[in-house]
Formats: sequence, structure tokens, C-alpha cells
Amino acid sequence: MLRLIQLELQKLWLNRASRVLIIISFILPFTVLILSSIKINFFGFFTLELGELGIFNFPIIWHITTFFAAQFKFFFAIVVVSMIGNEYSNKTLKQNLIDGLSKKEFILSKFYTIVFFSLCATILIGLATFTIGMYYSSYTEANIIFRESEFLLAYFVKLVGFFSLCLFLGMLVKRSAFALGFLFILYILEWIIFGLVSWQADSLDIAFNVKQFFPLESMWNLINQPMQRVVMTKFPDKTDIMYDYAVHWYEVAIVLGWTAIFIFSSYRILKKRDL
Amino acid sequence: MEPILTINNLTKKFGYLTAVKNLSFTIHKGNVYGILGPNGSGKSTTLGIVLNVVNKTQGDFHWFDGNTSTHDALKHVGAIIERPNFYSYMTAEQNLKLVCKIKGVDHSKINEKLEVVGLLDRKDHKFRTYSLGMKQRLAIASALLNDPEILILDEPTNGLDPQGIHQIREIIKGIAANGTTILLASHLLDEVEKVCTHVVVLRKGEKLYSGRVDEMINSHGFFELKAEKHQELLTVLEAHSNIEKVKEEGELITAFLNEPMSAADFNKVMFEKGILLSHLVKRKESLEEQFLQLTDHQ
Repeated sequence: MLRLIQLELQKLWLNRASRVLIIISFILPFTVLILSSIKINFFGFFTLELGELGIFNFPIIWHITTFFAAQFKFFFAIVVVSMIGNEYSNKTLKQNLIDGLSKKEFILSKFYTIVFFSLCATILIGLATFTIGMYYSSYTEANIIFRESEFLLAYFVKLVGFFSLCLFLGMLVKRSAFALGFLFILYILEWIIFGLVSWQADSLDIAFNVKQFFPLESMWNLINQPMQRVVMTKFPDKTDIMYDYAVHWYEVAIVLGWTAIFIFSSYRILKKRDL
Repeated sequence: MEPILTINNLTKKFGYLTAVKNLSFTIHKGNVYGILGPNGSGKSTTLGIVLNVVNKTQGDFHWFDGNTSTHDALKHVGAIIERPNFYSYMTAEQNLKLVCKIKGVDHSKINEKLEVVGLLDRKDHKFRTYSLGMKQRLAIASALLNDPEILILDEPTNGLDPQGIHQIREIIKGIAANGTTILLASHLLDEVEKVCTHVVVLRKGEKLYSGRVDEMINSHGFFELKAEKHQELLTVLEAHSNIEKVKEEGELITAFLNEPMSAADFNKVMFEKGILLSHLVKRKESLEEQFLQLTDHQ
């Protein structure tokens, strides 16, 4: 396993484009996080301090940081599709196999790298959130701090699931740009099916129930948007904006299911294909 | 002799097209084999199948004694196909390190093999700065990293200039001299003739011949003849029992033998018949002529 990760990391790290993208995908969420946590003085007119809004309080901070950090996953997604696309266009995939890598090992080396990257991202976000939280939060009891830290798990699963989808699309179409296009098409497709179902069933509830099983929607559902929740904490009496933002086991299970399907299908595609 | 690769009734279909048809042959240790065939005759497909990158339709093959899985066997095989495939953004050394990791070989081999192909002084240069000849030599170095029992080369001199072709051939000869089995696919006949001891001839995916290069055609050679008495010579030749067929090209007459006969004996016969030859050469068909005969007749 270590050998497979080393293999892939060498391929990625020595490539300038992917190295830059990896660095960006780590640095950018942090910069945003840190910038937002400092006091910004707008030329003496007013000071903007997001910490004052209470969004850096435990436990809500877990929700907020993981949600916003997850939006930066797109940078590494480009790396994932290009690491497949390049292997095809340079024919190095063929050469790797001839040199003695099995097709299974090839897919596994990509998958392990995805897991490895997601793990690093999760740990870093976890540490940053903890530090910022300790600095700003009004509550610092252990049981409050670690309440809702399951958002970290959700973040991890979300990254692994999303990158597995990218890996699968990359294997399917062999070209990085087309794979990203497919991702967008899939997004639209999910909405079209959602529209069809809600039109046929005359009920949004059923449509949402169906939609939660779609790949992109299931990943989105893992960490619901936290804005509404922030508003809720400000106006606790407004019960009509209540919504379910928790991380549920079945949400995790759906995404893990998709991950397994994507990785296994990638392997099937590679196995059947003549290179 | 120890078998290295055994292929039994291998068939590969791409849709309606049958690229390889019921192919069987065995590669034994220590020989230099050529797979010969025109473009599109199934050479690369066959190599692709045994190297695990193309899926077979029917039949089977096994490496070595048959108890090793293809995946493990490939760790004892070195192969380069069509054109060198490396990561353009890595240096030669980094590329070879990657191959070492895949094959599970120690990094210490890298310099040794770069030396063999004469690229040691360029090892820190990026692959994309290499000329085609250098790329091909790097591919050979990469294939040699695990000290393979068999080296598979698919058209290794394709697209190279004469100097590059010469360099590659010298390297191949050097490797063969060390006792490494070599399987060389090519459509260049003189290449196979110069390098190989055994040959498998393919046409449209079918095997036409497999065996030693010098026994490829059951032929006793032919005479090239010229004489003043052109017409008489023709008549005598056609009546002669040792002569299978006669071809006329202007002044030059080519007489094919169906039985062994020395030039001296032939000359004597002609002299007795009163024909004085002004030109007599006995020759064997070149591989090219043999190959064309073989592929034309069927």
C-alpha cells in the first residue's frame, strides 16, 4: 500500500501543474479561514469581525469550517481527473502495466492517494478549526468542543466520495477536460430527474427523498449549508426556518456506497479496456 | 530447452476484425526471436495480450513453466512497445526510479543501465528534452532494470535516423550476447535477418511460419545466368530435371532449383550441352524474398 501511494505521489509531486494545484487546495481554505477569523478594519469606517457573529463558537464552528473548506475541493478534483487523463494521453498507463503494475494496483494507487489526500485535508481542517475555536469560542468544555465533530468525518467521506467520482469519470472518458464537463452534466441531470420526479409524483418530499440517493446530492447532504443555522442561532424564536443539518449515518452510508461503486466500476472499465 | 512463453490457439477479435487468429508458438530460452509481418498483421496485438494490456478473446498463454501469474511473470520481463512512454516532466533518473518502484527493484541498477545505453551523462535532463533516439534508448534501459529473462521489443527502430537505428541494433546485439532471450517484432526484414535466429511470420493475424530463420523456406537456392546462346539456354533449362522454374528478366535468367546442386556441377552440365555461360551466380533467397514468397502464396 505504501509503495502504491509513493508511486502516485511521485507522479503528482514532480508535475508542476498538479503540485501547484495541490498546494492551492491546501493553502486556500486556510487563508480564507484565517482571514475571516481576524479583525478587518475597513479604513476606520467599521470593523468586520466574523468572530463576533458567534460562528466561531463550538460546536457550530465544525459545521461552518467543514462546509466552506469543502467548497475548495474542486482544485484537487482537477488534479484527480488530470492524473487519469495524463496517464492515458501519455500512454504511461500502458507502460505502467507492462512494467508489471496490475490493473488493480493501478486503480488502488489512485484510490489510496485520494484517501491519503482527504485524510490530510481533514486533519488540517480539524486542527485549524480546533485552534480558531479555542481562541474565539465562549464555551471551552470538552463535551461542547467535540460535540458535532462528526462533521469532520462527514468532510472526509465527502472528499473521498467526490474524488472517487472524479476518478471514475476520468477513467470513463480518458480526457480531463471532458471528465470535468461530465461532472457538470451529472449535476444538471440530477436536477432534471428531480424535476421529473416532483412533477410526476406531485410532491417535493418524494422528489427530495429520491434525490438524496444521487451521487452529487448525497455528497452535498453530508454537510448541509450552515447559513440558515447561523440565522437560527440569532433568532431562536423563528421556528419556521428550522431544518435538519445533522450528519446522519444513512447519509454517510449512501456516499460510501457510491464510493465503492465508483472505484469498482473504474476497475471494471480498466479491466475490460484494450490499451 | 526451457520455455519462456507458450501461446496456444490465441485469438483476438476487435468487433468484426480478427486481429490474431488461432496463433500458437513457443519461445525458448536463449534464442533471439523475430515476429515478422506487414503492418496490421497482429504483431503488436499479440505482444499486447501476453503483456496484459490487451484482453484475449480466446485461447491462452502462459509465461515460464505456467505456474507464475502473468502479473508476477511481468516482473521478470522487460518490454518496450511502439514508442517510448514516459512522464515528460520527469528526468530520466526520476522516470527510472518510478519503474524501479513498480518492478520492485533497487535503485542501484539505474546508473548501470543508463551506462549500457549511453545516457548516463543526460540522466538529470527532463524526458521531454530528449531526441527520439535517446527516448528509445531510455526505454531500453528501463526495460533492462530488472535484468529480465526476456526482452520484448516492438519495432524498436521505428522512426529513428540511420545512426539511431545502428545504435539500437548494437545495444540489442550486446544484450543478446549476454544470453538474454529477445523477442523482436518488426516489419523490417533486414533487421530481423541481422539480429534473429528464429522467426514467426504473421499475416492478417495468422501464423505462416515459425522456426529457424535459415530454414524458413524449403529452398535449395537459385542460379543467376547469362549466356550468348540465350534461347538455347532456356530450352535446356526447361528440360532439366533439377530446375523447378525459370524466370527471365532481360538478359538475366534465374533458374530455381528443386534439388541441391552445386554451381560447378551445373556449369559442367551446361558445358556438355555446348552452352558457355558468361555469368553464373548461385544464391539463396534473402529473407525479404522468402518473406514475400511466403506471404504471397497463401
